Amino acid sequence: MEYSLLIIITPLLLFLLLGLSGMKMKPGMAGIIGTAGMGFSTLISYIVAYNYFFGIGQTDGAWATIIPFNVEWLHFTDNLHIDLGILLDPISVMMLLVITTVSLMVHIYSLGYMHGEKGFQRYYAFLSLFSFSMLGLVVATNIFQMYIFWELVGVSSYLLIGFYYTKPSAVSASKKAFIVTRFADLGFLVGILLLSFYTGTFDFAQLTSDGAGLVVASTAGISFMGLSAASWAMALIFMGGAGKSAMFPLHIWLPDAMEGPTPVSALIHAATMVVAGVYLVARLFPVYVFATPDVLTLIAYIGTFTALFAAVIAITQTDIKRVLAFSTISQIAYMMVSLGVSEYGGHDGLGYMASMFHLFTHAFFKALLFLGAGSVIHAVHSNEMDAMGSLRKYMPVTHITFLIACLAIAGIPPFSGFFSKDEILAACLHHDKLIFFTLLAVAGITAFYMFRLYFNIFWGAEKSYDGHHQPHESPLRMTVPLMILAVFSIFTGFIPFPEFITVDHIPFAAHIEWATVAIPSILVAAAGILIAMVFYMKGSELPSRISRALGGLYTATLRKFYMDEIWMFMTKNVVFNRICTPIAWFDRHVVDGAMNGLAWITQKMSVSIKGLQSGQVQLYVWIYVVGSLVIAALVLFL
Amino acid sequence: MSILSLFVLVPVLMIGCLFLCKDIKQIRAVMVTGASVLLILAAVLVVLFIGERAVSDATMLFVSSIVWYEPLNIAYSVGVDGISVAMLALSSIIVFTGVFSSWNMNMAKEYFLWYCLLATGVFGFFISIDLFTMFMFYEVALIPMYLLIGLWGTGKKEYSAMKLTLMLMGGSAFLLVGILGIYYTSGHTTMNLLEIADHLHIPVEHQRWIFPTTFLGFGVLGALFPFHTWSPDGHASAPTAVSMLHAGVLMKLGGYGCFRVAMYLMPEAAGELGWIFLILTGISVVYGAFGAVVQTDLKYINAYSSVSHCGLVLFAVLMMNQISMTGAVMQMLSHGLMTALFFALIGLIYGRTHTRDIREMGGLMKIMPFASACYVIAGLASLGLPGLSGFVAEMTIFVGSFQHVDLFRRVLTIVACCSIVITAVYILRTVGKILYGPVQDEHHLGLSDAAWYEKVSALGLIVAIVAMGLYPLGVSELISDSIAPIVAKLM
Repeated sequence: MEYSLLIIITPLLLFLLLGLSGMKMKPGMAGIIGTAGMGFSTLISYIVAYNYFFGIGQTDGAWATIIPFNVEWLHFTDNLHIDLGILLDPISVMMLLVITTVSLMVHIYSLGYMHGEKGFQRYYAFLSLFSFSMLGLVVATNIFQMYIFWELVGVSSYLLIGFYYTKPSAVSASKKAFIVTRFADLGFLVGILLLSFYTGTFDFAQLTSDGAGLVVASTAGISFMGLSAASWAMALIFMGGAGKSAMFPLHIWLPDAMEGPTPVSALIHAATMVVAGVYLVARLFPVYVFATPDVLTLIAYIGTFTALFAAVIAITQTDIKRVLAFSTISQIAYMMVSLGVSEYGGHDGLGYMASMFHLFTHAFFKALLFLGAGSVIHAVHSNEMDAMGSLRKYMPVTHITFLIACLAIAGIPPFSGFFSKDEILAACLHHDKLIFFTLLAVAGITAFYMFRLYFNIFWGAEKSYDGHHQPHESPLRMTVPLMILAVFSIFTGFIPFPEFITVDHIPFAAHIEWATVAIPSILVAAAGILIAMVFYMKGSELPSRISRALGGLYTATLRKFYMDEIWMFMTKNVVFNRICTPIAWFDRHVVDGAMNGLAWITQKMSVSIKGLQSGQVQLYVWIYVVGSLVIAALVLFL
Repeated sequence: MSILSLFVLVPVLMIGCLFLCKDIKQIRAVMVTGASVLLILAAVLVVLFIGERAVSDATMLFVSSIVWYEPLNIAYSVGVDGISVAMLALSSIIVFTGVFSSWNMNMAKEYFLWYCLLATGVFGFFISIDLFTMFMFYEVALIPMYLLIGLWGTGKKEYSAMKLTLMLMGGSAFLLVGILGIYYTSGHTTMNLLEIADHLHIPVEHQRWIFPTTFLGFGVLGALFPFHTWSPDGHASAPTAVSMLHAGVLMKLGGYGCFRVAMYLMPEAAGELGWIFLILTGISVVYGAFGAVVQTDLKYINAYSSVSHCGLVLFAVLMMNQISMTGAVMQMLSHGLMTALFFALIGLIYGRTHTRDIREMGGLMKIMPFASACYVIAGLASLGLPGLSGFVAEMTIFVGSFQHVDLFRRVLTIVACCSIVITAVYILRTVGKILYGPVQDEHHLGLSDAAWYEKVSALGLIVAIVAMGLYPLGVSELISDSIAPIVAKLM
């Protein structure tokens, strides 16, 4: 399987080629080279996946873990060293498929969407850099390799959010995204340091084997603020994951990240990078479940809260990309919860399987939603819902594919979202009723806000599309990816996931629990869709009357519960004004003042004693005489 | 004569040639040739050193010694280990790129004379293993700084030059006392570093005062809190290439001296008293970073960031284990390269916009794409992006320091880790303000991008940064073996 290296190397070479040849290359050429390269990478990853699942297959009834490539990159000690390698196991192979597929779709789509943009070559170079980093992240053989690529995806995301660098809002959004995730990564780094200190390894294979897990557990004696060192380590590592995956309260960067080009939002901020946190927890799941189940409970509750919180905000947003952003936060929270409620082995690992399943299906339908939204934005030149209406007449392909994605995310069978969400709900039901009912409610809210979006864009009153040019369907380069992703959104739900991806690599059988989970969730979703239909299909007075009735609550939701303001206060007033400014003042006036003071004292002293050496002989004689007398007196009387 | 003496001889020859030069073209020819020779010499030395080390297990290689003052037993003794080789390579890169960054200087002849003298001092310092010779070269490197800043600087240059010189001279006064202490208490009046380290032992009660004096003496140059305030003013006033050399190489003399002299010769006292300096360096790391956040002058931002990054060097040195000390040397290399790059670019921008105030600039990416892209790379290196040099150095330090059994040191490591977030804040703030966004001043619209010589300077440094970032194993192996004898003494 050594050729799996090609999957990762190809985008890197593309990045170097496009980045270095830069503006000298024709834009069209750069786009085609980038897309072709990504196509090659995608092809190889399908071959790898096929060979992994159907060529090598299972040994002793479990999927194998293969490391076809591993080199030492930085050596610390014999146990601690950073390697760069490729680890193939069911989840990494699945991620390879997701990343390359969505990335390829975005590459093709961007040929149309970004056509004629300034810096087209730069855009493709950054896309390649991102694909490289993300692929490197998922195949990491050790936690430090993951951290390396984790930082690299952060930077690619920074560069792509700030792609329109002359726009101040894009610049500040990119800065915010980087700094918030950097803050979370600090937790990740300290977590890695703690973990490596107690286990003496960075290696995933050793960390997740029971041996090292026990070592972590055995250090539970050392505690700080009521949590063991192992719990701290794993909680801090989760903090890194929460930053990337936009869990409350570190979610604030994701809605702003929508300032980037829409295809970028589809790739990075919907399908791949934002699920890195989920993937991280899944990768270290054995450590979580055996050594620190308390942290797993924390993850479940943070996830539940985030799912509800983001879904509520999504109801009131009017920028269609922001609605999708909050929906992404909410759906990723589903995956986190699912990991949080999971246990280990066989059917107990249902939550783990469901989480990965949802990650897989969500990647396709959410990418589809974003690309569809991009197609709409391309047609009407606005992100605001108010500027849209009745677009189904003008954009049939976008309309149908968008509807499919909405049905998928709402959880209507037979679309893919239904199956994965159903498994998550089932896992929650067996673990914690409170979480189950919250997530069930969120499923209803999800259906409502998605169809609010759908009806507002494609139905409702027709808007005046500034006279001369009417909205029209996007070119094939954009609609073909939509159609392909729509096919994925319909059929991926039928993949028998428990056969392939389980926590212990041993397949198990899962079945849909119609009576307790599936039927209620379908009914809730249908109710959500129905309400949205009544409210928005024809246009009605009801929504505005309700929002008026809710008053302050509505405003609070619209302003995203003031989280941005709170963070702004923390950074601007506390860090900037209360820490940095005083430190800078202290440095100039106290520390440096002391140095200047020293110089001043020296100067004063030299001025005051320089009179002694005036060159006047009379003075010298006088001092000589007086001095002699004083000394003589001292000698005589002592 | 050993290859090492060439490092001193070449700059001296360059000084000689400069006297004969008639016009700027000849001066440039001399400088470029000389700097290239130094660069090649450094490359040759690295290759020779790796070959030689495979067959020899001496601490220092290419050792040679000529006595030059018999009565006091002072000798011109030279020798290198992996650390000094790395430092020589760094210095030659910075000297080389610095020449291109000072392409259009007033009074070029005088300027380059002092520049070469400075280079002589720097190279001489890194090859010496005789304390007195080392000290002499150290002083040779300091004096030209005064003139270079005082004459060719900008802003309140006289004040800055005086302040910098006086503070560093104050440091070297401590250093001289320390060196004399070592000379008289080691039991056998010798200045030879290896002889003292291998055969002699300074009594612990003497170590207790010699260690702090020498560490402080070198620490001032390494921007140790609270003796760092010469750095912001000095950097801000210095001409471009002088800032490059100063932050890139001269500040490294401090870190290098700290462990080559203070810790290597006084290991017991280092173990006993190291914690005091550890706290000071820990403060430097975070304090410098916070200080950089509110600065508005590009050079001040960089100066405070240097306080933070150089603080990390001393911090890692004081952690006293193999990994963290290897990281310290890597951080010296990395900081040297990226700060030099920063200063080269700031000089480039300042030369065109005539301002260094970030509030008066904006949208430079559109106007000078090449310089701006380089600035972004420098910024990313500074905030520790994997694949560039900063990441490997910082991670080696953090991992190494955190392996310490002492809880206090681990907690300090976590505090130092916080600097990665603050660094991101000030770097992205600067980049966002000056490179992105709309153009602030329409006079800037007509400015040109980097000229070829400025490109040479920036690209040379970027290549080095990327090389170190992508293949850290080569660098860490070069250093790590030479750290071992020092760590062995500290244990």
